[in-house]
Formats: sequence, structure tokens, C-alpha cells
Amino acid sequence: MPDKPVFATATRDRASTTVAADPVAASPLACAAAVISAEVGLIGSDAAGEGAAVARRRLAAGTRTGRLARRPGFVLAALFVAFVTLSALVPSLFTARAPSETSPTEKLRGPSTAHLFGTDELGRDMFSRVLHGSTLTIKAAGGAVLIAVIAGLAIGVLAGFFGGWVDSLLMRVVDVMLAIPILLMAMTIVTALGFGLLPMAIAVAVGIAPGFARTTRAEVLRVRSQAYVEAARTGGASWGRVLLRHVLPNSWGPVGVLAVLDFGAAVLLISSLSFLGFGTPPPAAEWGTLISAGRNYLITSPWLALLPGLFVGLVVFSLNHIARSLEEVQR
Amino acid sequence: MTRYLAGRFAQALLVLWAAYTVVFVILHVLPSDPITLQLSAGGADISQLTPAALHDLKDRYGLNNPVLVQYVHSLWHALHGDFGMSLTQNVTVGSLIADKLPSTLELTAVALPLMLGGGVGLAYLAVFVRWRPARTVLARLPAVGVSLPQFFVGLLLIQVFSFSLTWLPATGSDGWRSLVLPAVTMSLIGAAMLAQLLTRGFDDTWREPYIVTAQAKGLSRRTVQRRHVLRNACLPALTLLGIMLGYTVTNSIVVEAVFSRNGLGQLTQQAVLGQDVPVVQAIVLITAAGFVLVNLLVDLLYSLLDPRVASAAGAG
Amino acid sequence: MSTPPTAAAADAGTPGPTTSTSPPVVALAGLSVAYRQGGQLRPAVEGVDLAVTPGETVAVVGESGSGKTTTASAILGLLPAGGVVTAGRIEIAGTEVTGAPERVWRALRGTVVGLVPQDPMVGLNPTMRIGPQVAEAVRRRGVDRRLAPVQALEALERAGVDEAALRARQYPHELSGGLRQRVLIAIAIAGRPRLIVADEPTSALDVTVQRRILDHLAGLVADSGTALLIITHDLGIAADRADRVIVMRRGRVVEQGAPADILLRPREAYTRHLLDVAPALSHAGRVVPARAEAPPAPEVLRLDGIGKDFRLPRGGAERTLRALDDVSLTVRAGQTLGLVGESGSGKTTALRIAMGLEQPTRGRVLLDGTDITGAGWSTLRPLRRRFQLVHQNPYSSLDPRFSVARSIAEPLVSYRIGDRASRAARVRELLDQVALPAAYATRRPTELSGGQRQRVAIARALALAPELVFLDEPVSALDVSVQDQILALLLRLQNDLGIGYLFISHDLAVVAQLAHSVAVLRGGNVTVLVGGYTDTTGPARVNQALSLSRAQAVAGYLLRQGVPAARVRAAGFGSAEPAGDNRTARGRAANRRIEITLAPPA
Repeated sequence: MPDKPVFATATRDRASTTVAADPVAASPLACAAAVISAEVGLIGSDAAGEGAAVARRRLAAGTRTGRLARRPGFVLAALFVAFVTLSALVPSLFTARAPSETSPTEKLRGPSTAHLFGTDELGRDMFSRVLHGSTLTIKAAGGAVLIAVIAGLAIGVLAGFFGGWVDSLLMRVVDVMLAIPILLMAMTIVTALGFGLLPMAIAVAVGIAPGFARTTRAEVLRVRSQAYVEAARTGGASWGRVLLRHVLPNSWGPVGVLAVLDFGAAVLLISSLSFLGFGTPPPAAEWGTLISAGRNYLITSPWLALLPGLFVGLVVFSLNHIARSLEEVQR
Repeated sequence: MTRYLAGRFAQALLVLWAAYTVVFVILHVLPSDPITLQLSAGGADISQLTPAALHDLKDRYGLNNPVLVQYVHSLWHALHGDFGMSLTQNVTVGSLIADKLPSTLELTAVALPLMLGGGVGLAYLAVFVRWRPARTVLARLPAVGVSLPQFFVGLLLIQVFSFSLTWLPATGSDGWRSLVLPAVTMSLIGAAMLAQLLTRGFDDTWREPYIVTAQAKGLSRRTVQRRHVLRNACLPALTLLGIMLGYTVTNSIVVEAVFSRNGLGQLTQQAVLGQDVPVVQAIVLITAAGFVLVNLLVDLLYSLLDPRVASAAGAG
Repeated sequence: MSTPPTAAAADAGTPGPTTSTSPPVVALAGLSVAYRQGGQLRPAVEGVDLAVTPGETVAVVGESGSGKTTTASAILGLLPAGGVVTAGRIEIAGTEVTGAPERVWRALRGTVVGLVPQDPMVGLNPTMRIGPQVAEAVRRRGVDRRLAPVQALEALERAGVDEAALRARQYPHELSGGLRQRVLIAIAIAGRPRLIVADEPTSALDVTVQRRILDHLAGLVADSGTALLIITHDLGIAADRADRVIVMRRGRVVEQGAPADILLRPREAYTRHLLDVAPALSHAGRVVPARAEAPPAPEVLRLDGIGKDFRLPRGGAERTLRALDDVSLTVRAGQTLGLVGESGSGKTTALRIAMGLEQPTRGRVLLDGTDITGAGWSTLRPLRRRFQLVHQNPYSSLDPRFSVARSIAEPLVSYRIGDRASRAARVRELLDQVALPAAYATRRPTELSGGQRQRVAIARALALAPELVFLDEPVSALDVSVQDQILALLLRLQNDLGIGYLFISHDLAVVAQLAHSVAVLRGGNVTVLVGGYTDTTGPARVNQALSLSRAQAVAGYLLRQGVPAARVRAAGFGSAEPAGDNRTARGRAANRRIEITLAPPA
């Protein structure tokens, strides 16, 4: 338990403050001996009330991860996202069936223990297809967020750190990008680059990067104006050192939250794009493509479209929930 | 104030021009070959064309000119409301859009009040419902709404209300009955976001020191909410409303695809599928114009509702 | 008048109303309040007894965390979220209201108990005009809708708002802080309550505005027979205006009594301590640098005719703002120059120019006789080792991600001084110098108190063994009791290490304790320069007048500091701006102003 010694300090503070509270000892104009005795009595600590507050703060800081772990919603969401990520990397871990394995005898079967998500018109196992679909979707979404974070960080840091005309120019560009809705921007880029996974990833990245740039810039500006940055500068640190040691590490929090949030947004966007038919051509099937194909059987076999749709919704909801929990804990 | 207005208007035009330029750059300068793109989209197979025929074809679309000339040319025409010919359909882009726009506007006109009502209603319920379980559910609901993909919501509504209950038609664009499901689908995300923003705004505003002043006067909770909280909490929601309204075309893309409605969204989808560059370009421009215009209005409304903005605008 | 005017003390603190038999407006009996935090109850107020009778003025004095604001909130039934009354009773106008439903409280607020909140800048609804905000309070008295605006104007006028009709149509952001505070007072009196709770009513305002508003509030209350409960951290404010002073510490009442008793004969050590530390002296009184008799020393830094204009963002008639006009200052080796001024006086700009963080429009900055004006960062960098900065706010001057040791060693790393081991040794040495245990090296800023953080910041400034340390309000963000310890530390460090200080503060008393010479900045100019060899004309007057009780506190303070009684002189005169009613004894006492001067040693 890290808090024990802190409480010990707090009680010591309490004892020492009575020394400090004595007006003669505490008066700065009193003779040096009295000053030194007060100093010795204090051992560098202040009022006991403050000491207790420190103990509380320490308790809070030490258990930030603990506070997250105590939220059942967060744990569930994190577990689900972990499951989806793992299944995206190694889908065979969770399903023995190949996604393309047809079975003419088992066409359009409803969900059962044998086929969790049912089967499609060719008798393919939908659960397997969804899991294998996550490989494509998660990869594209992850790639998009990665590109967006790198580009957004670069723009935001440049703008926030240098200010002046660099800032004005970059932020005007960002403003213009934000005036075009993300989905439309992505569709424009898909028009130019053609269909498929990589164009979609790039398209989504271009769509969400401006938001990153904005947030990063705001954070860099916030941290830059902190007194400890000026303290580092007057202590002789170069701008490079200030950027690497102070600004970036302290800006990371909100940017990280936004990255998680935008991962969810990227999943939604990529599913929407592939639902509209801009994704990888069949038989490879992203989540959106699966749902789009399933809607032809909506009357007779609604699970074909609705279960993968629900799956996408759950992934996005989990990511949003994680982002929100992180934000709340950071505050 | 007039100077402020003029300034904002000039700024809006500048953003519009920049947006047009960005889209032009994406569609014409990116590594993919716009010529092949446009010609193959036009139905021609390049490998079967003689070089002379190819040259002729390029000439027809002005593609032999330097990119800069093409840019100035298309910008000049766009300024006059001429977006050129569609590559996939033998009509002007202008007439295509004029044909599809009413259907989408109709949809938006129904969806917007739904979104407002849903969002504000939910936020108000979350403030005033005292029963804890209901409060928790109300607080969580918007987060769910924001996460659900639009196509999933649309398909679910079709499955339940068209196929199972057979209350409303699943597709088509005739009569108000066919508008209900698409409008609900379209309003859902906006309503959820609005509710989230407003709930948070209410919570934050209730913690403001001037609320203590108001309570110390002896005003009731209801009066404090109505006279002091509402307006201050509404300001951020106004911005969101502007964005949602500006995103009308984008919102309609998936909805019109799900409900097979013949509107601007469907036109966009088909244009992208057919890589019909002039149509895509025009739609993006129209959307950006809508976005910029609505945000201009929101800014003005802001300065009416928030005196601090107004006085800053007056000074600037 | 001669030395400590003890005779006047009695009629200053007239403890009249305590003997009256009328029932109290508010009575707290053994009140305890706690805040729920993570499933635990953390007590904020414990067993407080307090009664305010009609027409009485009571002041609750305490530092932050003493529970004084919680007590005030409890009286209005407006405890912040998580606050619960755990024991005791609250009685308002004879009715018990402990745990009463919102409906009961609402009936009392505004009409029986009014509130003047802490910070005028955020206390008014920003999107509502002033008039309606006051009218809301008027309407609570059952005034007709059509008559309410008229009565609101009346309340504004009574609260001392000039051009009330114009102000009523304005929005809060168009008003100055002082005017907003007056509007809040108007709201409080509009409901004609029997008690007004004023929660640190002026701490966010400038000193002169503060005094005027408090005097006005006291006058209003005296006229209408309303009781007043002032919550403050400033014993001086409390003593000036209250019939009774209650000193609180850590949720408990430490001492209470008439202001004269509290000032002149405090029973508790804590009360004496509160009297000794800054606020008793601050903002008013004579500047007497504690160590003015120090021998001349070679000069380290000189500002020579420094002026600074800031360009204003477009619009407005004047395109530039003159922050500094013509400022010349000298800091000498091993000595302290105190630079004093209110907010907006340009003292921070002067400091930033001296540090080379900002360029002056006119004038020169000389370091050891070398002109460093306009030098770039790289030119200045080797020189920076010789002068370091300690920031005002220790809560933001340490990187939250850095351990104490890493923070302290950062300047060494930046200048590539020593290796890992020698830096660690230096950190230990510095921790020892600022009296922090070596074990603190691994802690993070969040695990330290404000005072401890400031010690770390001081250690960091000392790491490069500078000749000169700039102290930018180094104690103003700290609690008074902690302030004292940091000042003592700074004093000791100067004696041990022979560092020169440029000490910036808004608080004359704080500066006087440390400085060899003091410069007072006002409107971008040095208006007063006293102390040491620079003082040829004798101590100058900074603030003209003190109220009687404050003068007593000042005189008492000087005597306790060991200044011979023969040197302390007091002169009395009437106030130029009478605040109290001259017809009553209390009003006359409030209007009396005393000037204390310190005669040169014989």
C-alpha cells in the first residue's frame, strides 16, 4: 500500500505545525535561530490540512488504473474490444470454420449453437465471416487512425508550437477540411483513388486528421503556456527539449482519448463505405459488405444483416465508452 | 456590426473557394490518372482506342489543357452555376441535382424537427426525472444512439415496422408514410448527439456560480432552469445543430441507400460508384456551401443569444 | 495622537448588540458538515456554534479549508453536491430548518437570508441583462411584475451603482468587477432580507475597490438594521467592520470576541499567528524595508529607463497600451529589491523584460554592466545560468510528469553539467537546502503540498548556483501560514548563499519582510523607492490612511517585531471619503483614519 507512509507524514505535519503556529518561531523577522528551529521542525512540510489533502491526491493518483478497473462497464468494453482485436489478428482462434466454406445443406439457417450468427444463402457460417471481416475492417480503421494521428500530430504541433503565420495557414487549411463532411470527403477520395481497403483507409484518415490537428494544437498551446515550460526555458532548455520532454508527454492525454474515439468513428465510416459498395470486392467481406449483402434476405433471414450490424454497433459503443471513461479518469 | 457581417461573409466565400480547390486537387491531381478514370467511367475502353481517338476524347472533356487551365475553367463555370456534363448520364450535372434535391430536402424537413424534439426532450427528461434507474437509462441512451451505424438502425426499423408489423412501407418515395422510417433513421444520430451535448451543458451550467446567486434569490428549480440554465446551455447545441443541418447531404447518403429513396444521397453513391467526377465535385461544393451558409447563420444567431459574442463582434 | 492608541480601541469595537434580547436571525448549534467523497465522509465543519442577532455584524475569519465558506453555504441551504449536515441544528428566524425540504429553504432564501457571493466576475448570468436579474430578487417580495423594474433600479441605486437606469439595460460583461459586485449586493438587498451573508465579497477585486465596497455594504446594513455575516480570510477586514469576530480553523471555531480584543489581546496562538502574517499589514500601511540598513553592494542587474508598449488588437482609439513608462531599478549582489504594485501596474512586464523573456520598447537592461537588451535566446543562454526564476504558482510551474529529482536536475541536464551521479548528489544537496527530506526526490508534484512544491521550484532555481533569483509573487498562491515558512526559507538561503533577489509582489507586507530596498510601481512608473542608500528623502507614504483598528494592528505588529516604541508614531485625521454614518459612534470610529510612521532610529 503506497498510502501508508503518506499518512505517517501527515501526522508528523500535524505535530510540526504547532511549532510553526507559534508566532515567534514563525515570524520571518525573528532571529535566525528561531527560523532554523522552525525549519527543522517542519522538515519541508506545511500545514497539516494540506498534508491530508496530499494524501488524498496521492491515493487518487495511485489508483487511476484501479478506478478504471472498478468500472464494470469499462472492463466489459475493454474485454470486448480486446476480443475483436484478437479475432482480427488471428480469427481462427475463435472459429474453426473457414469464412468461404459453403455448405449447401445448411443454407439460411438461423442462429444456433452450431452457427452463432446463423448461415447465409450459400450456407457459409456468418460468425466466421464476421470475425474474418473484422480483420479487414479493423486493419483499415487502425491504419486510418494511425495515419490521422501522425498527420494530425504533425500539423497540430507545428501550428501550436510555432504560432504566427504557420499556425494561421495550417489552421485555415484545417477549417476548410472541416467544412467538408467526413463521409463526403472520404467518398471524394475513393472516387479519385478507386475502391478497396487502402483507399478507404486513406480516405477516412484524411477525414479525421483535421480534428486531430485541432485537438493537438489546442493541447500544445495549453501546455506551452504552462509555467513549467517557461521554467524549463529559463533553466536553459532548448525548444526541442521542451517539445520532447514537456509538451508532447503532457499533450498526450486528450489526443489519446480522441484517438480511441476516432477509432470507433473510423470503424463506422469504413463499414458505411463498404455498405455503400466501395470496399474490397467479394468474396472478401468487410462488415459493411456483409450487411449490404444480407439485406436482400431481410424478410426471411433478418439475422444476416442485423447481427453483423449489431456487432459493429457494439464495437463502436465499446470504443466510445472506453474513450469516455479515460476522459473522466483523466479529469 | 455591418463590418463584422461583411467580414464573416467574405470569410465564408473564402472557405467555399478553398473547399472547391481542395476537391479539385483531390480529383485531378492525385496520382490516380483522372483521364483514364473519367474515360473508363464514360463507358469507353481505353485499350481499344487509337491514340488519335483518345486525343479527340480528351479534347472533348478539355483534358488536354494544363491542370491549372482546367481548374480556372471549371471554377469559372462553377461560379456561373454550370458544373458541366455528367459522365455516366447524358445530362448536365445541374439538372441532375435539381432533379434529386427536392426529395432530400423533404426528408431533411421531416428529420430535423424529429431530431430537435428527440434531443431536447431526452435532455430535459434526464434533468427532471428523479427516479434513479430511469435516470441512468436516460443518461446512457444517447451514447448508444451515437454508436449505432445508420444502416443498422434503418434495416432494424424496416424489419420491425415494415416486415413484422407491416405498418409502414420499407422503400419508395411517395406520401408521408414512406417518409417516416427514413426520417427517424436520419434524425437518430443527431438527436443522440444533441441530447448528449445538452445533458452535459445542463450539468455544467447548474454548477456555475451564477446559479448559486439565482438560487439564493429564492427561485425555484424550475425557474432557475428556465431563466438561467437553458439559454446558457443551449449555445453549444446551436453549433451542433448547424453542423447537422450542414451535413444534410451526407446524412442522406446511407439513409437513401437503405430505403432506396431517389435523392441527392443516392445520386452521390451512384456518382462515386461510377466515378463520375463532375457530379461528385458539384455535390461536394453544394454541401460545403450549405455547411458554410448554415454556420454563418449560426454565428449570427449566436451573437443574438450571447451578448458577449455580440460585443466582441462589435469591437472587432 | 501618540503611540498605540489603546484608549480608542474600546470605542472601535463597540460590542453593543450582543447584550440585546431579540432572538437571533440565524443560530447554528453544534453544526457539523461533511462532504461525501468516494464513499467516505470527509468532515469540513465540526461542532460550530454561531448566532447572529438582528442588526449585528459578525465576521468569520479563516484560511482556505477552515470551513468558513461551508458554514455560509449551510446557512443558505446551498451546500455543494456531496455536502451533508452530519450533526447539529440550523435555526433561521426561530424555525428549525436542518434537513428541511427544498420548498422550506426556498421560502427563506432571498427574503430572510440574502447572499453576496464570492466572485463578482462569475456570479451573474452572462446572457441576462442586469435589470431583470435584480428584478427577480425584487419579485420574491411579492412585488407586482410591472413595479419590479422600478424597485430593481432603487436597489441598484442603494447598492451604489451609478446611472442605474443605464446599467439595468447592460449585460454583466459590460460592467467592471466593482460594479458587478455592487449589482450582486443590489440583488442581495432587493429581497430585504434580515441577514446578508457576504462570502469573501471582495477578494477578487482590487484593493481600493475592495475597501469602498465593503464600507458601502457595512453602511447599508447599518442603515436598514439588517444583520451581516462577513466571511473573509483577512483579519483586517473583519476587525474593521464587525461587532464580533469568529476565528475558524480546520472546521472548528478557535476564538471569538470583539475585534479590539481579538486584535490587541488574542488568546489563541493561531489568532496571533493570523495577526502576524501578511493580511494584517497588507495593502496599506508604511513600507519599511526590514533590512534597509544593509551596506551597499556591487550591482548585478540594472534596468535603465525601461519602457514597454503593447500593440492592442485592432479597433479602439489607442493602438498601443503603455505597460511601462520609464522604469529604472537596480538589484545588488546578495540583496533583495522588492518590486510592489497592484495588478496591472506593470510589475510582471518589468520582470519579464529583466529576464529577457520580453523586449523593452525603450531603455536598456544591464547585467554586470553588459547591455543585454535585445539579445537573442542563444546569446542569453550562457548568461541565464546566472539568473533564475521562481514562478508565482507552484501548482503549474512543475511538470506533473516529472519527479522532484528530475525537475530539480533539469537545468543541469539542459546545460550538460555533470554526470548522472553528480547530478543526483546535487539534487540531494539542494533538497537539503530547501529543507525537504531526500526521500521526496522520487515523488511527483501531485503528491506534494503547495508549500513543498514551491520549495522544489526554489531548489530548481538554485541548481545552477545563480547570482540572482527572480521571485514572481512566490508566496501569493499559498496559505498564509505556509507563506511565512517560504519567506523564512528565502531569507535563510540569501544569508547562506549570498543570492540577490528581485522580489515581485502585490503585497507590501510580504516584501517589507525580505527587502533591502523597495520600489512601488504604479501606472508603469516607479512612484516610490525606499530603503538602503537609495532612500535619501526618508520613508515615503504609500497608502495615506489606515482605519483605526488596522492602525492598531500595524502598530502592534511593529512593536512585536521589536521596533522600539519611541520610533512608532501615529497621527489621526478624518477620512476623505466618509463611509460610516458620522451620527453614530461606530460610524465615527469607522471614519477615523490613522497614519503610522516609523521615525528614523535615534
